[in-house]
Amino acid sequence: MLNVEFDEERCKGCEICTSVCPKNIVVMADRLNAMGYHPATVIEQEKCISCSFCARMCPDVVITVRKEERK
Amino acid sequence: MITVFERPAALTSAKTHYCPGCTHGIIHRLVAEVIDELGIREETIGVSPVGCSVLAYNYFNIDMQEAAHGRAPAVATGIKRVFPRKVVFTYQGDGDLASIGIGEIVHAAARGEKFTTIFVNNAIYGMTGGQMAPTTILGQESMTSPDGRNPATQGYPIRVAEMLATLEGAVYIARVSVHNPQEVARAKKAIKTAFELQIAGKGFSLVEVLSSCPTNWGYTPTESLKWIADKMIPVYPLGVKKPLEEEKS
Ligand SMILES: Cc1ncc(C[n+]2csc(CCOP(=O)(O)OP(=O)(O)O)c2C)c(N)n1
Ligand code: SF4
Ligand code: SF4
Repeated sequence: MLNVEFDEERCKGCEICTSVCPKNIVVMADRLNAMGYHPATVIEQEKCISCSFCARMCPDVVITVRKEERK
Repeated sequence: MITVFERPAALTSAKTHYCPGCTHGIIHRLVAEVIDELGIREETIGVSPVGCSVLAYNYFNIDMQEAAHGRAPAVATGIKRVFPRKVVFTYQGDGDLASIGIGEIVHAAARGEKFTTIFVNNAIYGMTGGQMAPTTILGQESMTSPDGRNPATQGYPIRVAEMLATLEGAVYIARVSVHNPQEVARAKKAIKTAFELQIAGKGFSLVEVLSSCPTNWGYTPTESLKWIADKMIPVYPLGVKKPLEEEKS
């Protein structure tokens, strides 16, 4: 499972999430979704610290965030 | 893997009609998160306004009632008096609440009606195309103040939170913002406090949330967040307006 998952068909390409990620790993994809927006995405999943800043700032509830369970 | 962030159950899966980057979406989600955390999804009734959030009843997964423009506090008064054990809130923009509906909100607060208002201040009329609102700041350009709001002819912005905090019937009045993750966390805390005080039967509560309108402000969504921080907060200082620290006992 991904650390940070984007429901791309909901994304309106506003770029707010890219501006608040402390690791600067949220980027806009070249592809378009059905609404005609370039969706946000994270390729470098291993760099995600699961802080949820992107998800908390997303106005469209696009993003789900997970983290490893502590043993 | 454990999930640390996902859509709250109190929001439906409907895609919203809001413009890209409009922070109405964040504020909806915060209200929904609070409803989930308090476990009151079956006990909550929302009242939606006229304005961009007119379709809020499609997005909240709770019972909702639509009100005429500015009249949400009157509708909420009726609902809460008939169902005193329900948790009742209005969700209103600044055109709705501070212009056509200013009398409704003042008297609901003065009567100490035991519901909560989420007041979304984006300093403009969004839905109708960017006309000046009572909350438009001095110098701000809008469709009806193209040279910037001029106090000589257009008067001064209304600070709703401070004004309502003077009323005895109001038990909790706060102003928050959603322009960065830290303020989003504070905004949620304020909304939760307002709901908790309502559940405790204390009186009227209102949370004013500074919000963006990228479309009518003419800025990008991220520039709009900066505009809230740089231009709006100096006019609309954040914080709890009532009870003040020294009044708490
Ligand atoms: C009785 C009545 N008068 C005027 C209007 C037109 N109208 C619709 S929304 C609106 C103002 C919306 O602004 P605001 O409350 O700030 O909400 P926003 O759209 O910015 O979220 C107005 C004047 C109306 N629908 N009904
Ligand atoms: S904040 Fe949400 S809607 Fe905006 S670009 Fe990021 S994922 Fe898309
Ligand atoms: S017009 Fe403004 S307030 Fe309305 S949805 Fe668009 S950005 Fe949001």
